[in-house]
Amino acid sequence: MNNHKIEHIVPYRLYLIVLSGLILLTLISVGVTYIELANLTVFTAIFLACIKSVLVLVFFMHLKFDNKLLQILVTAVFVLIALVLFITFLDYNFR
Amino acid sequence: MNNIAHIHRDDEASKLGMWLFIFTELLLFAGLFIVYGIYRYLNPVAFHLAAEELSVTVGTVNTVILLISSATMAMASTAIRLKNKQFTILLLLITLFIAFMFMTNKYFEWKGKFEHGIFPGSEDLLRLGHGDTLFFSLYFFMTGLHALHIIVGFVLITIVCYRVNNNTLTHENPVLLDNSGLYWHLVDLIWIFLFPLFYLIT
Amino acid sequence: MSDHTTSSFREVKGKYKGIFAWIFSTDHKRIGLLYLYSIVSFFLIGVLLGIVMKLELMAPGKTVIDPATYNAIFTLHGVIMIFLVVVPGLPAIFGNFLLPIMIGAKDVAFPKLNLLSWWIYVFGAIIALSSLFMGGGPPDTGWTFYAPYAFKTNTNMLPAVLGAFILGFSSILTGINFIVTIHRMRAPGMTWFKMPLFPWTLYGTGWIQILATPIVGITLLMIVGERVLNIGFFDPALGGDPILYQHLFWIYSHPAVYIMILPAMGAISEIIPTFANKSIFGYKAIVISTLAIAFVGYFVWGHHMFTSGMSGTALYTFSLLTFIVAIPSAIKVFNWVGTLHKASIQLETPFFWAASFLFVFMIGGLSGLALGALATNVHLHDTAFVVAHFHFIVFGGVGFAFMGAIHYWFPKIWGRMYNSKLATSGWIIFFIGFCTLYLPMFFLGVTGMPRRYYDYVERFHGPNIVSTIGSWVLLLGLIIIIYNLVNAAYNGKKATKNPWGGRTLEWTVDSPPSLENFEEIPVVERGPYDYRKNRES
Repeated sequence: MNNHKIEHIVPYRLYLIVLSGLILLTLISVGVTYIELANLTVFTAIFLACIKSVLVLVFFMHLKFDNKLLQILVTAVFVLIALVLFITFLDYNFR
Repeated sequence: MNNIAHIHRDDEASKLGMWLFIFTELLLFAGLFIVYGIYRYLNPVAFHLAAEELSVTVGTVNTVILLISSATMAMASTAIRLKNKQFTILLLLITLFIAFMFMTNKYFEWKGKFEHGIFPGSEDLLRLGHGDTLFFSLYFFMTGLHALHIIVGFVLITIVCYRVNNNTLTHENPVLLDNSGLYWHLVDLIWIFLFPLFYLIT
Repeated sequence: MSDHTTSSFREVKGKYKGIFAWIFSTDHKRIGLLYLYSIVSFFLIGVLLGIVMKLELMAPGKTVIDPATYNAIFTLHGVIMIFLVVVPGLPAIFGNFLLPIMIGAKDVAFPKLNLLSWWIYVFGAIIALSSLFMGGGPPDTGWTFYAPYAFKTNTNMLPAVLGAFILGFSSILTGINFIVTIHRMRAPGMTWFKMPLFPWTLYGTGWIQILATPIVGITLLMIVGERVLNIGFFDPALGGDPILYQHLFWIYSHPAVYIMILPAMGAISEIIPTFANKSIFGYKAIVISTLAIAFVGYFVWGHHMFTSGMSGTALYTFSLLTFIVAIPSAIKVFNWVGTLHKASIQLETPFFWAASFLFVFMIGGLSGLALGALATNVHLHDTAFVVAHFHFIVFGGVGFAFMGAIHYWFPKIWGRMYNSKLATSGWIIFFIGFCTLYLPMFFLGVTGMPRRYYDYVERFHGPNIVSTIGSWVLLLGLIIIIYNLVNAAYNGKKATKNPWGGRTLEWTVDSPPSLENFEEIPVVERGPYDYRKNRES
């Protein structure tokens, strides 16, 4: 078992940097709602949420420091969700 | 003994197991996001107007504090590895406190809606029309389920806190803390999507 | 392990006595048997309900029960058979018992979680079945709980739906356990492509359990929300869309078919090389097709909804994907047949089950293609043809594989041999009964008899009589099989380590295995189906 292999200890500083980035993105996403972007509003909001979630996954959830397997699996799960959403919309979009 | 006699411990396995559980949670919410996506697509104007009923300020405050709690939880994983017990407990307590604050905000937000006669199946909602009914049903269902996860996370972190305090969880076996952290980040992750979908897309 | 007497896992004394030594045991073998006993009990209830249904359909009009009871019975038959029997069936019983042994491990990765999953299973089953005994009567929606009827009916929907929701957790925990076990606990030397095929199929199944079950979980919660809180997601009166319920329900329930059939295919892939005395033909093709089925099977759910009013684009997409998913299944059939080619086949009962599996699975699969084509589906949708099709897959495919598996691994699990002649006669009666029961339904469906109907016109009378008689023959076969196995478990003669000449790891340990399976974790050096003579061991 490799329980006692040397682990990467993430410094506090990195978490604080990521946190400030996340808060900044939150404020930006609130800010852009006051700008009239018409159809792009939804897109911008979701896009910013995606960036934030990637930050959480990669740094807070340690994916950056984890083995390849987990990185692939997590990506695959999000791709799967996107595919299911896409296929469901094949019905509603063309009905 | 009925159980396998020697203690078999494999932290990688525990972590993989936790991730698999997180996948099921993601898929659970994915089902709801599909419902949200479809109904938003079918009722764009009503969703647009209904979203304005929600307070962006409360939503933003909750988002920011939940992000902070996620950071403190992640830092707790570092603190325990640096054998800094006091700081670990402090970070966990901050996380717990923020979870409590989040729930308090949520309580007043829900209470406000209830007082305005907006709750699933209410007369007022039926008068507002189909789009609003669906929006607020989704709002209560999704934030409700999310709140349930906050409560579960709260209990988990309390247990971790207790075990760090009585030294049964140390830098040698931090896996429970890490896994609770993963769970807490999942809760955060879901909120990151709930926030724009309900509060911002107006 | 210090003592070298190595008593079997059944004889080891634990800290609990009597029944508690079983229901509190975290030994994967005991948990597997706990699942076996509970699942077989529910299976027998399901069979009896099925027999009553067939008896009712023997003649037009009222025969034995009234229409409301009939609706309740086909719902319960479906709920019990799907959620309590076939979904957990092979993975929870044979997966639990054999997976650790086949990959050379002492237990699964999370033994306590494993026990918890059994408890959740029992708890969910009790909740689901409690709907029988509460005022309002058992649900009458069919096992699919379609909206909006599911929240309009006055029957006890809540316990049935909550029960199914809880059972989902049991399934998820089993899936998590198996995947982690396979990732982390394979014996040294057992690379991914040296792993036997049954664990491979459990791996594919585990992924579907993890990724599909939550969707039905949340959908059932929404149904609860509809009934209790009027949330209106699927209620047209409140702006909801009932077809969305069908989407969400089948996003799980179609992959669930693969939860059922994949381990069945795995068991067949173990039985065939053993009795053919020959390495399996195209090992990698079977592995890859297993994963392909698990993946593509996730995106074909819409073929249950061809007549519900989906868009044309969705119809074509789902039909195309349905045909694509048939390819890996067909690859497996070719592999099994290829394995049998020029083999010196050992004619034992498990082999008969496996051979008849090929037969019924092909009928089931090909009739599935008839249903997957859009034009024929319009004609056949919701007819007895569909009932015949999925019984050929779920009862024929999974059931026959289950029977094959229990006859194959019986000596390993109980350490005794059964009466081979009786077992074979049980098989042939069961097989004849099965075909007599379901083949007429294809005919009935094509000529237009709807499914789930209590009554029918005189024109459908003849085939229905044949079908009902078939159900009695099948029951007779089942009684013989069960009698033979129960009798053998007590009185059979002692089995050796490897009565069939299998090559996978479970045949290297004692029958029944000791508590820790292996005294020493084996080192794997050869592929799982290496039948070359010089490697005899």
